[in-house]
Amino acid sequence: MSFSADRGVRRGRVVEGVRAYGLIAGMWIRSTMAYRTSFALTTFGNFAMTALDFVAILLMFSRVDALGGWSLPEVAFLYGLSGVSFGLADLAVGSMERLGRRVRDGTLDTLLVRPVPVLAQVAADRFALRRLGRVTQGVLVLGYALVVVDVDWTAGKLLLMPVMLLGGAGIFCAVFLAAAAFQFVAQDASEVANAFTYGGTTLLQYPPTVFALDLVRGATFVVPLAFVNWLPASYVLGRPYPLGLPGWAAFTTPLVAAACCALAGLAWRAGLRSYRSTGS
Amino acid sequence: MTETAGTAGTTAETAERETVTGGEADGGAFIELEGVEKVFDVRKKTGFLKRERRRVRAVDGLSFTVSRGEVVGYIGPNGAGKSTTIKMLTGILTPSGGRLRVAGIDPSRERTRLAHRIGVVFGQRTTLWWDLPLIDSYRLMHRMYRIPDARYRENLDRCVELLQLQDLLDVPVRQLSLGQRMRGDIAAALLHDPEVLYLDEPTIGLDVVSKTKVRGFLRDLNAERGTTVLLTTHDLQDIEQLCSRVMVIDHGRLMYDGPLEGLHESGESERTLVVDLERELPPIEAPEPARVVRVEGPRQWLAFPASASAAGLVAAVAARYPLVDLSVREPDIESVIAKMYAERAGA
Repeated sequence: MSFSADRGVRRGRVVEGVRAYGLIAGMWIRSTMAYRTSFALTTFGNFAMTALDFVAILLMFSRVDALGGWSLPEVAFLYGLSGVSFGLADLAVGSMERLGRRVRDGTLDTLLVRPVPVLAQVAADRFALRRLGRVTQGVLVLGYALVVVDVDWTAGKLLLMPVMLLGGAGIFCAVFLAAAAFQFVAQDASEVANAFTYGGTTLLQYPPTVFALDLVRGATFVVPLAFVNWLPASYVLGRPYPLGLPGWAAFTTPLVAAACCALAGLAWRAGLRSYRSTGS
Repeated sequence: MTETAGTAGTTAETAERETVTGGEADGGAFIELEGVEKVFDVRKKTGFLKRERRRVRAVDGLSFTVSRGEVVGYIGPNGAGKSTTIKMLTGILTPSGGRLRVAGIDPSRERTRLAHRIGVVFGQRTTLWWDLPLIDSYRLMHRMYRIPDARYRENLDRCVELLQLQDLLDVPVRQLSLGQRMRGDIAAALLHDPEVLYLDEPTIGLDVVSKTKVRGFLRDLNAERGTTVLLTTHDLQDIEQLCSRVMVIDHGRLMYDGPLEGLHESGESERTLVVDLERELPPIEAPEPARVVRVEGPRQWLAFPASASAAGLVAAVAARYPLVDLSVREPDIESVIAKMYAERAGA
């Protein structure tokens, strides 16, 4: 008989999801580690590719002293924050961008007949540890920025560091999730999704002062990427906030992240429900 | 239908669970469908921005029950609603109307709970992890389904032996042939001791040897474990060798439900004798009830009842005509159903 069904049901769906995520990700990590050389090479490739981004910024600063009024250490600070936040989100749930393909070729059905939440299976699918390359690059740039940047550190500013990194990762996770949910409706939308994920992190590598005001408004109130680094970094660096936002706005990153994840979660549920009623 | 809502639903569920664990010793309905419907809105592009909306009833008021331990063939032409039914039975799709229960569970509402009790094999796509060795998929299933260690070992060993997977366990799934992959998929669907196994086209694209292996395994599984099996197929031999009962579906409705022999009778199915003569000749004057249905150069097609012997017909033709070669074709499901249709329309 079903020796485990009832026990499994009473467990919270979240706990079940996290457990399933761990199992699947663990399998992919073990499989990756079976070919260590290949893992080292692809991770280095991931690192080098993202490092080129920063080289471009360094080249720019060889010609100018400031970008939109921000110095190199300050831009490096933005870059590092954006890189680490995005890198963590990409590592954790970046595989979700493959959802559209799964819907198109029908393999999503095979996930729906397993006893664990679909979201966990989609997020952990082909868990790619090589994405640590991007995180490492972000950490190195952030480390460099922290050494060279001129900041009067206070307890508040120190506390804000881990809060904004995790909150920022949360916001990017929500963007990944919403983008995946959108692919239930438009299966070829992974390019659109990339505009918000990879495009988003590139946007945040530059200070808000170099962009048109409408773009900054959109990145604050529509897709609230500004809360990943622009606002909290402005607080830490003692710079005026974009759009003249109030002082406490820098500390709302975790709340914004939670709200975004909740909204994206609802979108995901709606998407999955629509898939299960239309089969396409 | 909203009869299971709120607290009433909870008590009803508890009651159902008790019935299930209490044992359906009387062989009561294990799968139950009552007026199940599935309606899709299909949008077709008819112009630059114009879209035409059309409602398609993929499943249209389907009712049937399957008892524990039955092996049922579920057949019908492409687009008849077979896969849609399977998807509703496994909880992938939510029905538009009607009542559906598997082991007392409403699949669309408690999909993950039901998943522990069912096994699913899709002929066209694998449930295995494509880039990983077969054994990795099994290990993951072991943990994911929380299968007790001893049980897992026992089931795996059994499947490996009977489905001859010994040499395949360390091979990445994408390198397996279609037949090997299908065997691997069947094993994966059975590790957690499901009470019912759904197979969607399990022998499609397999060679004769693989087909025989798969069929033999399924027959033994049903005999030894009493696993209920519901399979869709285009291959009449699957049905002949496995199923005690056949359900024919077309346009989302049940056309026939009963033993295979009855289907042949109701459809008056015919076999075809294909003969190659030495040269072009007028249609063969075959003994009744055989008749020539097609002539193409020196090749002629003769239809005769599936119940009649081919040997007599061959002897009769060979005695009077210069025969070069011949073959006998078994009736396929499509033609059986087509005949069944024609007769209903005529009646």
